[in-house]
Amino acid sequence: MQSIISIKNLSKKYASGYQALKKINLNIDRGEILALLGPNGAGKTTLISIVCGIVSSSAGAVMVNGFDNISDYRKTRELIGLVPQELTLGAFDTVWNTIRFSRGLFGKKPNNPYLERLLGDLSLLDKKNSELRELSGGMRRRVLIAKALSHEPKILFLDEPTAGVDVELRKDMWNIVRRLRESGVTIILTTHYIEEAEEIADRIAVINNGKLLLVEDKVTLMHNLGKKQLAVELRTPVTTLPQSLSTFALKLSDDGSKLTYTYDSMSESAGINALFQAINQAGLELKDLQVMQSSLEDIFVDLVRNK
Amino acid sequence: MINFQAIKVIFKYEMLRTWNTLFQSIASPVLSTSLYFIVFGSAIGSRIPSIEGVSYGLFIVPGLIMLSLLTQSIANASFGIFFPKFTGSIYEVHSAPISFFEIITGYVGAAATKSFIIGLIILITATFFVELRIAHPVWMLVFLVLTCISFSLFGFIIGIWANDFEKLQIIPLLIITPLVFLGGSFYSINMLPPFWQTVTLFNPVVYLVSGFRWSFFEVHDVSVGTSLAMILIFLMICLLTVGWMFKTGYRLKQ
Repeated sequence: MQSIISIKNLSKKYASGYQALKKINLNIDRGEILALLGPNGAGKTTLISIVCGIVSSSAGAVMVNGFDNISDYRKTRELIGLVPQELTLGAFDTVWNTIRFSRGLFGKKPNNPYLERLLGDLSLLDKKNSELRELSGGMRRRVLIAKALSHEPKILFLDEPTAGVDVELRKDMWNIVRRLRESGVTIILTTHYIEEAEEIADRIAVINNGKLLLVEDKVTLMHNLGKKQLAVELRTPVTTLPQSLSTFALKLSDDGSKLTYTYDSMSESAGINALFQAINQAGLELKDLQVMQSSLEDIFVDLVRNK
Repeated sequence: MINFQAIKVIFKYEMLRTWNTLFQSIASPVLSTSLYFIVFGSAIGSRIPSIEGVSYGLFIVPGLIMLSLLTQSIANASFGIFFPKFTGSIYEVHSAPISFFEIITGYVGAAATKSFIIGLIILITATFFVELRIAHPVWMLVFLVLTCISFSLFGFIIGIWANDFEKLQIIPLLIITPLVFLGGSFYSINMLPPFWQTVTLFNPVVYLVSGFRWSFFEVHDVSVGTSLAMILIFLMICLLTVGWMFKTGYRLKQ
């Protein structure tokens, strides 16, 4: 499958001397949802701003649907819609005027039925003639999405779409994103909420300090990097671990009632069998068992710390 | 291919902004011009002999129109581009498939159109105070249009350059207003001592006012050709500056 966006050796150094991106290479597949995950200041917004044409790059190239985003900017930009982080819109514009403006800016002829359907999909139809200053923060966020979709883009960038929105709106946003994907739109969203990436992304790219740490299919990522932990609760607490258990690198809880075993679920021999045998031979009696799988959050924290 | 839709929506958006503040957009220049007419034209002007065969009240009409035209063009165009930059909504213009030529046509075109309309309104206002005659109506319109365009372009540059509200105000206040007042709006530069006449020739507004006044009364401080050439040179400088700003992304793109 041909990539819809292809980023090659992209670097950005701001006039202040700050190196926001360091040789980023990334291919984005047609029709996927890619989550760009990273802490604040990692370079997420800079990266999507360069692809969209808002920030100029210092080195490297961006191809969108086979066209260079600088020399063929008209062809690349008409494919892209961008939902920025929250911003103050012209407060006196009405919802209807602002989305018509956006559509026109992208060179599309007015299409009122489409725009009305769009507002309907975003539950904004009854706010059509409201001024933006009358809308709640969540509603304004929806207006930003409506503006980005007003010219029927094939690629949608969402910059922190759910930062600072309540749970209900966040779920709504996720549903909107899923529906868009079903209609064939490629979606790239930046987030520092792990759960968001975990919930809706197909692939996850982790970025930190301007470097792309990894790009991986979400399921594979969690599989490969996911560590499992087995907690064994003992009926009678022990003060020290029996010698026979020393090979398992177990962690004994302070009160001596719980043993924690960390293992790789992907490895051929996880060693669980051997562990139980050893526990049995040591004469320890089990009370309860618990298996824990590391979340994307743990994986992320590990990655960002280690590299 | 030119993105006409984009030009159209920017133009309409900017005109709508004016429409929403219609009263202050039109009332304030009309009011201030009327005050000038009453104070300078009638009260003081009645004690001033005619200048080069033109009564003082009549003589100041072109200068007054220029005064409003310049301040309005700069204010409209600079605010039009500064505000989206200030709020951040400029992102949309940058991410749209639109060239700098189209952006300028939309923003500057709207600002120039607005100033042009204000210029005409002031002209009509003037007829309530003096008996106006226009010797060369076509040339009058040419000067009017060229001034609107070049100073809207200049305002656009200020709007891009300014990164706070203070800077947005400072050039109109500290540079444009003195230049207009010292540019022969209210007097003929021939009335100045020779030294100051020479100094005045470095003031671009002198050429604007002189050419514009010639189209009304056929009196001028500098030749009409020179006036026209100066406006065109100013226009070219502004165009080149804007072109450079967009090419380098100066204060527009990081």
